Amino acid sequence: MAKFEEGLRYSESHEYIRVEGEYGYIGISDYAQHALGNVVYVDMPEVDDEVTAGEEFGAVESVKAASDLISPVSGTVVEINEALEDTPELLNEDAFANWIIKVQLSDPSELDKLMDAEAYKAICN
Amino acid sequence: MNRTLYGNLIFELSKKGRKGYSLPQDYDRAHTTAELPEALRRKEAARLPECDELTVVRHYTNLSHNNFGVNDGFYPLGSCTMKYNPIINEEIAGMKAFAGLHPLQPAVTCQGALEVYYNLQQSLAELAGLKEFTLNPCAGAHGELTGLMVIRAYHESRKDTGRTKVLIPDSAHGTNPASAAVCGLEVVEVKSLADGTVDVEHLRQLLNEMGGEVAGMMMTNPNTLGIFEPQVLEITAMVHEAGGLMYYDGANLNALLGECRPGDMGFDVMHINLHKTFSTPHGGGGPGSGPVGVREGLEQFLPTPRVNKIVVNCDGENEPYEWEGYVIDREADSALGSVGSFFGNFAVMLKAYVYILSLGSENIKQVGPLATLNANYIKECLKGDYLLPIGGLCKHEVVFDGLVDKSSGVTTMDVAKRLLDYGYHAPTIYFPLLFHESLMIEPTENESKETIDAFIDVMHKIAGEAKTDPELVKTAPHNTPIGRVDDVLAAKQPVTTYWKSIAES
Amino acid sequence: MFKYFPHTEEDLQEMLKATGVENIHNLFDDIPEAARFKRDYELPEALSETDLRLFFNQLTAPHNTRQLVCFAGAGCYDHYAPSVVQNIIQRSEFLTSYTPYQAEISQGTLHYIFEYQSMIAELTGMDIANASMYDGATATAEAAIMAWNNAKKATRVLVSETLDPKIRRVVETYAHFNGFPIKLVPAVNGAIDRNALDQELAEGGVAGLIVQQPNYFGIVEDYTGIADKIHEQKGIFVVNANPSDLAILKTPAEWRADVAVGEGQSLGIPMTFGGPGVGYMACTEKLMRKIPGRIVGQTIDNRGQRAFVLTLQAREQHIRRQKATSNICSNQSLMALYVTIYLSLMGKEGLREVAEMSYAGAHCLRDKLVATGKFEDTFPGQPFFNEFCVDYEGDLDALLDECTANGYLAGITVGEKTLMLAVTEQRSPEEIDELVDIIQQFKTEEAKV
Repeated sequence: MAKFEEGLRYSESHEYIRVEGEYGYIGISDYAQHALGNVVYVDMPEVDDEVTAGEEFGAVESVKAASDLISPVSGTVVEINEALEDTPELLNEDAFANWIIKVQLSDPSELDKLMDAEAYKAICN
Repeated sequence: MNRTLYGNLIFELSKKGRKGYSLPQDYDRAHTTAELPEALRRKEAARLPECDELTVVRHYTNLSHNNFGVNDGFYPLGSCTMKYNPIINEEIAGMKAFAGLHPLQPAVTCQGALEVYYNLQQSLAELAGLKEFTLNPCAGAHGELTGLMVIRAYHESRKDTGRTKVLIPDSAHGTNPASAAVCGLEVVEVKSLADGTVDVEHLRQLLNEMGGEVAGMMMTNPNTLGIFEPQVLEITAMVHEAGGLMYYDGANLNALLGECRPGDMGFDVMHINLHKTFSTPHGGGGPGSGPVGVREGLEQFLPTPRVNKIVVNCDGENEPYEWEGYVIDREADSALGSVGSFFGNFAVMLKAYVYILSLGSENIKQVGPLATLNANYIKECLKGDYLLPIGGLCKHEVVFDGLVDKSSGVTTMDVAKRLLDYGYHAPTIYFPLLFHESLMIEPTENESKETIDAFIDVMHKIAGEAKTDPELVKTAPHNTPIGRVDDVLAAKQPVTTYWKSIAES
Repeated sequence: MFKYFPHTEEDLQEMLKATGVENIHNLFDDIPEAARFKRDYELPEALSETDLRLFFNQLTAPHNTRQLVCFAGAGCYDHYAPSVVQNIIQRSEFLTSYTPYQAEISQGTLHYIFEYQSMIAELTGMDIANASMYDGATATAEAAIMAWNNAKKATRVLVSETLDPKIRRVVETYAHFNGFPIKLVPAVNGAIDRNALDQELAEGGVAGLIVQQPNYFGIVEDYTGIADKIHEQKGIFVVNANPSDLAILKTPAEWRADVAVGEGQSLGIPMTFGGPGVGYMACTEKLMRKIPGRIVGQTIDNRGQRAFVLTLQAREQHIRRQKATSNICSNQSLMALYVTIYLSLMGKEGLREVAEMSYAGAHCLRDKLVATGKFEDTFPGQPFFNEFCVDYEGDLDALLDECTANGYLAGITVGEKTLMLAVTEQRSPEEIDELVDIIQQFKTEEAKV
């Protein structure tokens, strides 16, 4: 059974964002990692790259599938989760503990368009 | 096939000082590469194997024993048209006179080769119901890209540069959208109906919304589910009406030989896979050949070089005569350009031409009907045990959606792997994407009723095993050189050369 | 009945009955009437094997298809291949199989592709190689697309004027439709103009540079320092190299290339009127997930055996669709096998010997041609490998016709006065002397009769 962590904001394309002040940690939901299967590679942007809400910023690959990562918000990448470069399976182990990029938000009002855990759970089911 | 793994790599058989070649020794040694400045020479010799001839012969012979080809057994790989590859094709294509031709030698010295090239172009045009073909593309995907370039070049020539979108049914092979992207086109998906055919109402809506931006539409017919698109004539008319061109993906052309031609359905541009429909071997994944044909009026958008036939009036010694021959137009003012260095895969063309001459007009007509009969026969015989999601006639291939009884958890993957144990190649699996457990079977016209009946028996047997001993099926194959592989490991820590392999061990 | 169709009348009746269709053509009743094909194809009637052989013997008779002693190159070379190669690639287990999707019954193909990738990586010095491409020209065009897609704020891909014009044309065709500009960097004395290149680089926005080694004219260029300058602006340096010559020449990796591409036909594949050959493509580990085409990787099976499998497939069209790194599906697998067996037999020493003989032959021929007094070097002082350009004082077309009449393909014209000749280890000293002799004897006026 997929987990749905409370307190995060979710997008329809299965990314989540955990907001801490002016920063947000973006990753994929537990539901998404289940659907993908064994993750073998995470294609991440570089620090200082700009991301735009609704646009692709990378991809997550399993053996027989690839899923684009769509940014739930706009902003600047301030950190990437380097541990995923060598151990992409961390996403399978705990998708919520292992965020993919940390972004400085440029427009926090975009968060309002995202779903809470309950609403997201409803679309997954 | 040898069911034990041979497993060696040539590098592991190498021993310093051995050699597997002989070259003449009497040549003028006044110059050596030592003359080249050191800055231009490599520092260390390449670590290529050092082996005697017999070692090399045995190594590759043993490797071949761990491989399965059409000559080994039934190969019902859907959408790949694994038909018989006639031996006479190989004999002719191997003729020394062809093998020794340089692609830039004067046309008067290679009329025979040019005649093959020209006649194959003309034969394909007749079979497709189109005007002209180029044989330059090296594979189906290469042909698709070339064909889309033709479409774009056509619109560019009319200064209609706003046509940057291409319509592609969501059931299409992944190659279609990939080719469109390489060609700089934006892909717009056309939905399918529940029966897998194009949703014409959705198409109409898209054309209403963006008709002026549509460069064309790509279609496979019979489609990727092996179903003939019943509204193809409406579809081609609608797209033409909107100013777009229709592209025919020839992946499934085999079904139609003798019964229907792409040009007659309203298609403007198409490619043919000679390695599917015209019997040339797949070679473990190439070389193929992907000729592209166009309807009248689009000839000038085909890539160069072109081979043309000409008639010249000559003054003979006694009286004038006509010389008929072939010329190579290398620098033709093509609006498109070139898609390869020379003429494409000539040896493959030779094989296809031999096939056409072998069958002749009377036998080529039988190809589509016999291939289609074989597929429909399999469909009827298997539908009790395997879930047939779409009833009615199929064409050259049939798609099942896994077992009817899925209660034991045996998947399409398991069925496919179990087939290997019984000496069959697996069907195409998990494509088309419309169903979760797709199992796509294409028998081709060359398979006998006995072969097909035996395959059907085994398929029933596997369905039985799935009920009585599901673990046996889930852990298959058991009777092959290797078992299932860890492809997560392969993708996570890629080792793609021997050098990396020894560095890590 | 026809030999490739096993269906007897009895089989047909039984199968039609099971299918619930009366006549075999009723299987096509779902095709709209207006689209049905109802006549006979306008094609010749079936030929028996005997007639086929007669037909092709006729087509290959000398007046139709003439074997010439080949001193032409320009991307297609007449090299020696041990007899073993052709024999083994005809083995039906290799010839009649498909792409190795079912790893359990395709270890033969997967093993040799892994060997091929290792050999290409070793010859080029690069980290990884793919399972092969259609030909050298399309591999180069794919490299241009790779460079363009990899760049964030580039305005163009640079191509050296010394890259084979046939390859350039393919690169330009791909780039035009893909939607990015190609800028030509001019040449001086047959080599890339470093000043012009520096000016281009100073403008910035360079996604990549494509050069050839040896270049189109046969010249071995010195690319020292170029890679650093390209890398400064995060561009990709692409070297198209003749793999046969890499037995001796500095590798693309030593030039610090990011991508190495080229035509593998020179590794013993027969010329066959230009195809099939095989394109190769290799790159740095950093670009591993950006490279197009199939890749075979090592893994283990559930019995603990070392095994090989297609890997990194998430790059490919059947998974990524329009976001794939390329639309390429198949490689040129059988030709990759050809190259693998060839390199296994020739080995470390054989390939060097081939290179030495070709180099020696070409330099010997150049000396003799210049000694006739009818030729001079087109690019004086430039080092070359086994192909070179000379300018002829007289009517070049007439001279070539004379050579053809004598059974010699004396090279390719690359300008009104310029002849480009290639020599491989297949050309004997006698053939070299005879060609020089024909040229020596030739007088323009005689040819015009």
